[in-house]
Amino acid sequence: MSERSERTGKAGAREHSPLWEVFVRARRGLAHTHVGSLHAPDAELALRNARDLYTRRQEGVSIWVVPAGAITASSPDEKDAFFDPAADKVYRHPTFYEVPDGVAHL
Amino acid sequence: MNGPFDFVLSLGDDALIAAQRLGEWTSRAPEMEEDIALANIALDQLGAARLLLTYAGELEGAGRDEDALAFLRDDREFHNCLLVELPNGDFAVTMAKLFFLSAYQLPLYTALAGCADERLAAIGAKARKESAYHLDHASLWVKRLGDGTEESHRRMQAAVDEVWPYTHELFAADPAAPVDPATLRADFDATVSAVLDEATLTRPADGWMPGGGRDGMHSEHLSFLLAEMQVLHRAHPGAKW
Repeated sequence: MSERSERTGKAGAREHSPLWEVFVRARRGLAHTHVGSLHAPDAELALRNARDLYTRRQEGVSIWVVPAGAITASSPDEKDAFFDPAADKVYRHPTFYEVPDGVAHL
Repeated sequence: MNGPFDFVLSLGDDALIAAQRLGEWTSRAPEMEEDIALANIALDQLGAARLLLTYAGELEGAGRDEDALAFLRDDREFHNCLLVELPNGDFAVTMAKLFFLSAYQLPLYTALAGCADERLAAIGAKARKESAYHLDHASLWVKRLGDGTEESHRRMQAAVDEVWPYTHELFAADPAAPVDPATLRADFDATVSAVLDEATLTRPADGWMPGGGRDGMHSEHLSFLLAEMQVLHRAHPGAKW
């Protein structure tokens, strides 16, 4: 068997296993954090693979998997228009306030 | 079998040989993610094997530790069931073996967790969580392959048919054991039937029932497996690793 036909076969297998993005919230964590991505044929297997790859089956963690195709990202080309106007208007940032003691997670 | 030593040894041997077979898959699985899952399960089985063999060595009281028990016995002294020593075959055969093994180990370890022997209860409590994961993983694949394409269905059914006869040995009655394997059969049957139904697979008829593993009478596969597993320890006996 030629090397090429093997490679084509693998590419074919990958089409059935789309890319998934994985978000994990640790046992004491507050929010889900993007930890990486993986290939899996469907959501059920993506979850199980994510558990093996990213959490080592620790108890009490929460996992989200999202097909990469379902994510819309902001475009790097429009970065200035998107984020700049906010940066020079200080009133947009709540930096004037003293944070009272005892306010956690701000 | 007689006494708790033989019982604990046989469970340890099941886990050890299962781990060895799963280890053979490393870097050869159909997908990278599956490679990791199989290695994960192999590690769990090896972990259980170490706990059980260490305890078996203590029960025996002859100074044999886990390594002495794993590397310095030959096939006639191994008490694992025949199921775990069968070759891996294709992915469907491996999944059929793992499915039947974990459908047996889960109720076994669960029952052990409630037994009077504190060490065995602790080992059971730890291992049953892992077994639940193994069963979940194998069930998923049995369903996927069984209810997948025509070819995957054919292979999964062939694998179930091939491996099924070896499941009977697991439930041979042993009333003296901390957990009588015969009492696990109903749980096993319920799990297996539900998954096979959903996978659109047929449960094979009970005919040929090979056995003997628990008495050290093994298939021809085990001695080759042991030769590979033990070669270094046999070549350099007494060395520290």
